[in-house]
Amino acid sequence: MSANARPLAGARLAAWILAGPALVVLAVFFAFPVVAAFALSLTDFDVYAIADLRNLRWVGLANYGALLSTPLFWTALGNTLYFVVVGVPLSIGLSLAAALALHSRLARWKAFFRTALFAPVVTTVVGVAVIWRYLLHTRYGWINYVLGTVGIDPIDWLGDPHWSMPSIIVFAVWKNFGYNMIILLAALQAIPDDLYEAARIDGASALQQLRHITLPSLGPVLLMVSILTLSGYFQLFAEPYVMTQGGPLQSTVSVLYLMFEQGFKWWNLGTASAVAFLLFAILLALTTSLLRLARGRGAS
Amino acid sequence: MVAQLLPEFERQHPGVHVRVQQLPWTAAHEKLLTAFVGDSTPDIAQLGNTWIPEFAELGAIAPLDARVAASPAVPREDYFPGIWESNFVDGTQFGVPWYVDTRVLFYRADLVRRAGCPDPPRTWARWEQCLAGVKRVAGAGNYAILLPLNEFAPLTALALQQDDPILADGGRRGNFRSPGFRRALSFYVSLFDQGLAPTATDTQISNVWDEFGKGYFSYYVSGPWNIGEFRRRLPPSLQQDWRTAPLPGPTGPGTSVAGGSSLVVFRASRHPEAAWQLVEYLSRIDVQERFRQLTGDLPPRRSAWDAPVLAADREAHAFREQLERVRPMPRVPEWEHIADEIQIVSSLAVHGRLSVEEAAAELDRRVDAMLEKRRWMLARRRSAP
Repeated sequence: MSANARPLAGARLAAWILAGPALVVLAVFFAFPVVAAFALSLTDFDVYAIADLRNLRWVGLANYGALLSTPLFWTALGNTLYFVVVGVPLSIGLSLAAALALHSRLARWKAFFRTALFAPVVTTVVGVAVIWRYLLHTRYGWINYVLGTVGIDPIDWLGDPHWSMPSIIVFAVWKNFGYNMIILLAALQAIPDDLYEAARIDGASALQQLRHITLPSLGPVLLMVSILTLSGYFQLFAEPYVMTQGGPLQSTVSVLYLMFEQGFKWWNLGTASAVAFLLFAILLALTTSLLRLARGRGAS
Repeated sequence: MVAQLLPEFERQHPGVHVRVQQLPWTAAHEKLLTAFVGDSTPDIAQLGNTWIPEFAELGAIAPLDARVAASPAVPREDYFPGIWESNFVDGTQFGVPWYVDTRVLFYRADLVRRAGCPDPPRTWARWEQCLAGVKRVAGAGNYAILLPLNEFAPLTALALQQDDPILADGGRRGNFRSPGFRRALSFYVSLFDQGLAPTATDTQISNVWDEFGKGYFSYYVSGPWNIGEFRRRLPPSLQQDWRTAPLPGPTGPGTSVAGGSSLVVFRASRHPEAAWQLVEYLSRIDVQERFRQLTGDLPPRRSAWDAPVLAADREAHAFREQLERVRPMPRVPEWEHIADEIQIVSSLAVHGRLSVEEAAAELDRRVDAMLEKRRWMLARRRSAP
């Protein structure tokens, strides 16, 4: 035993020394800010506290309690869920469809379409928002013009609280689907051709090939793409910020937008930190359960 | 722009060199707050007068009462009273008005004449008649007035016209269920309910000048910057057809908001004397006139309005008259947040989600919750020795 323990201790020390610098960086730039932000969320830190720290009150979980009883928080959460529940499947579905189309043997000018469909991802939100605001304009926008030619009355896309979130979703999906499309396209190209060949020999239709070869092979990539898209879409902020400023009637206020307003517009940093931690808890719970679900499926 | 005014100041005050740092308006508040936390505030700055209570509360800016009292360069009686008053927090003066901002009525003279309203309305009742008249002659799809739903100022002006203050109890609680605010809100909401104003925000109307030119609306409640914009952006054929007028009030000429920008001296300044000399210099009538020529911003001193160019400016005249009837907005650090809530809750009422009574109660609820910290601080301060 004792002969064994010494080299083990030495190895342990070496491991700590090697991991040390990275751990210090993580502690300083990740762990400490997170702990500090959590502590902040237990206070009512605001402009008055900036003036004089004696104006700071330790409020415990009151910020969380106040948030959970504020209708605006639930509105923001509802808006965010609406965005996620509609936006994520739509975005991934569109990415998959575009990737399949680009991967198809029949597709022409693949390089051109790949670039064109990916282009929105590398544009800046602020820039394209200006264009989309014109497209969506009630009286002069193309979208209403096209709808008008088939007899549909103009819709106040960004001004009507029922249409504002769908408009934001369409804008965000258009802006983001190219990214997942590239990842899925790469995964498609990695599926060995022999599988399809064998399936065709067995007489499988195109739909059966998609269902039994393509989708299962894409499984792990789809899971990763879903988790990334889910957590990305939960952090909805830039689109409503530039398109609607949260309006009309706060129908596009997202959780992150609420945090921004509380923290950086009104300097209620305690409340803003509490919002951030609530969002963190929701995201953690969702992604963990998604992973669990996927692992359960994989086992069966 | 200010930089162009400074060489003369430096010539008159040898040994004083002024470094100017320009900040975009939208970033200035955050930047100055950060500077205060980081102990690197400037000596002197231009501050929106609604920010003064916050910076005074922080202890970032210095009281100026003694300096103003001793200075012949800043004669209190020459300033518009409402604007002057907006620089006081609990009886202490923290700023000297630099330029003014208020809201008046912009209107299409040709269209309102056709609607039977050649003269600008002075009362709400007459205003409503004129709006209904315009709506009749404006044609289908057009409106009478634009009150952008993302702006708090028009409704705030209507609320300031009432006898009831917007906040009660020394800025400790909302006073939105008072008869005054409810009267202002119902009038405001009724303009939308009658189809006289479109339920639109600024961002939906991509180009207000273009729409004004097309007759989409004939009245518009807006501020001094739009004098220049209207001159620049409306076609020459319409230049004779737009005018400005002071806001109508419930029963006679109405009050408007006392906005604008003030010069403040920071407490941490290492050159308070030189900073004050600069305030005095910038308050001179000839300097204010030059600043107006450079920027179009309107001066806060009555005698600066006697300058030939400004006195002959027909569209500026309504501002001159309105400035005699302006009231400061509530002077609490939370005001900008309160204004935001006023704008949000009033749009809920405009969209019919809340009745006027419910909106007033909701505003009181939200604002009272927001002012909880202020109540606690004031109570503690009073009990402290």
